[in-house]
This record gives sequence, structure tokens and C-alpha cells, in this order.
Amino acid sequence: MAAPASGMNRFYLLLGAIALAGIAALVYQVKRPKGVSIPANVTVLAADTAGFRGYVIGSDSAKVEISEYADYQCPFCADFATIQFPAIRQQLIQTGLVRWRFRDFPLNMHPNSRVAAHAAACADEQGKFWDMHSALFDHQTEWAPQKNASSRFSTYAGQIGLDVTKYNACMSSAKYAGRIQASLDEGTKLGVNGTPTFLIGGRLYTDRASNSDSIRALVMNLMPKAGTPQ
Amino acid sequence: MNRGRMGLAVLSLAGLFIALYLWLYKLGAIGTLACGTGSCETVQLSPQSKFFGIDVALIGVVGYIVLLGLALLGLQPRFAGPAWPARLLAVLAGIALLFSLYLTGLELFVIHAICRYCVASAVVIVLIFGLAMRELRAVPSV
Repeated sequence: MAAPASGMNRFYLLLGAIALAGIAALVYQVKRPKGVSIPANVTVLAADTAGFRGYVIGSDSAKVEISEYADYQCPFCADFATIQFPAIRQQLIQTGLVRWRFRDFPLNMHPNSRVAAHAAACADEQGKFWDMHSALFDHQTEWAPQKNASSRFSTYAGQIGLDVTKYNACMSSAKYAGRIQASLDEGTKLGVNGTPTFLIGGRLYTDRASNSDSIRALVMNLMPKAGTPQ
Repeated sequence: MNRGRMGLAVLSLAGLFIALYLWLYKLGAIGTLACGTGSCETVQLSPQSKFFGIDVALIGVVGYIVLLGLALLGLQPRFAGPAWPARLLAVLAGIALLFSLYLTGLELFVIHAICRYCVASAVVIVLIFGLAMRELRAVPSV
């Protein structure tokens, strides 16, 4: 009986060693530094903006311009982007009435906002800003609770057809941190203090319940002033 | 007989860590999967990564714990004689094998991406099934 008992002991030792190695590997994976971090409150250099004033969609000759200050991790912004914006895009932007300018306004309370804004900036490098913008808002509930969402963003990059190697290099460089900060600073100077906030006809609209109907009404009110016959 | 159950326990423990790794990723505790190609994340973020609303990785964790527990139980002297531990192991290993085949099919034909950890888990399940069948054959028929 002694030999089988020592054999069992050796087996339990082996099993314990495997368990310890597995636990150590998992702890290492959980503790290791993850993904990309985009620094906040960086000094904005002239080269950071270099004429860049947001992501624009719509006709250059549109009579009304709307600037949206938004945070990718803000649930109200996601509601607006996924429910209201498609109608605005179809009815006001594609018809040439409105030019839309998206400005980053990452709130400090949202740890993944800047990384998301940077992901969109890197997608813009490859001409896919609006695709990434949609992907980020569409999947907000998926990545928002993550400790570090950059790996999810990398997956979205692949799904929207970006060159993922180029995208990852762009993310690692954090080269748009200054540009994102500049957008936040500019919004703050204007009086933006929550998201989404819309700058329409020189006035800020901070109503979180903004919807395509109210925005269309505002645009139509501005049209005669802009000289558009209605 | 003991060797087979020892092997089952070791394999179940290895499978448990693979499933735990993927589940921790699903929970957001691990930033990026050590995958290289990104296919692992494509699979883990796909709608097929849930089975009736439950994370497949979590099903794996529970399944491997059950297999490990049963294999360890079967190693105890008082369970060396009865046939039911071997039979139960064989049934559970068979279910696990079918589920693994289904998941591999999803990867190949629906998601069109292969996650190396899922493949590793599938290999572990095939080995567990093989050992469980050997154990079953060793059970004296009544």
C-alpha cells in the first residue's frame, strides 16, 4: 500500500504545481500593464491642431454648421449618435442643409474616453473616422466597463477595414493626445460643460434630450437668416 | 485505472486555466489576449461567444471544474471499485466533446476566425474524451 500512497502524493504535488503555475500566469496577465493610454492635460502645441478643427461631414456650401461636443463614453452621446444622428445625417446633412462638425470633449469621469477619441483619430488617418465613430457608439456598453478598452478598439479597427498594424502603431504613438486636448480646451472656453453639447448658430444647446426633430426645427429657423429660401 | 483518472485530472486542470483566461478577458480583467493575430478577440467578441446568454468561457470554467472534481473523486480509494464515476466521466466528456465540435464549427463556418485558446481547449477535450473512454472500457461489465 505504501507505493501507491507515495504515487498519489507525487500526483497531488504535480497537480498543485500545475495549479500554482496557472494561477501565477493568470495573476501576471491581470496585473500586467495593458493596452494604450492617452495622456490627459498635455500641453497643446501648434502642430497638434495645425488647422484641424474637428471631423466634418456635409457640404462646404451648407448654410448651417452644427458643432457637436461629445464624449464617446457618455451614454447620452451614444443615444444621440445611434438613435438621432442617423436621421439628422439623412435629412439635414445629406440634403446639403447642414455641415456637421464633431469635436472631442472627453470628460474626466470616463477613463476610456480619450483612448476612444484617439482610436477615432487614428481611423481618420485611414479615412474611416465616421465608421469608427459609429462602431464606438454602437458598442459603447461593451467597452465602457473595461479596465482598458484599447484591445476592443483594435478589434473594431479590423472590423471596419482599417490596416490594423498601422492603426496600432498610431495608437501606441498617442500622437493625437494634443489635438484631443485642444478640442476639449476649445469647448471649455466656449462654455461646454457636459455632453453632448451642440453649437448651432453661435449658441450652445446643452439639452441632453436633443433630438433630430428639435435640431431640424432649429436649423429651419436659421435658414432664412442664412439666406436660404424656404 | 488510477493513471487514467490522474491524466483526466491534469487535463481538466489545464483546460480550466485556458477557460479561466478567456473568461477573465470577457470580464475585462485582461486587456488584450496574447494571441498575435487578433482572431482570438474576434471570436471572443462575436455573438457566438455566448450560448443562451451565458459566456461560453464561463461554461468551460464550470465544465472543467466538474470534470476535475469527478476525476479527483474517482481517485479516492472508496470510488475505485464502483463503475459510476467512469460512466459519468464518459458521459460528461462526450457532452464536452460535442459542445467543442459545435464551437469549432462556429469558428470555421460562422465567425471565420480561429482562436488558438479555443483550439487548445478542443484538443484537451479530445484527450479527456479518449481517456474517459479508456476508463469506461476498463470498468468490468455487470
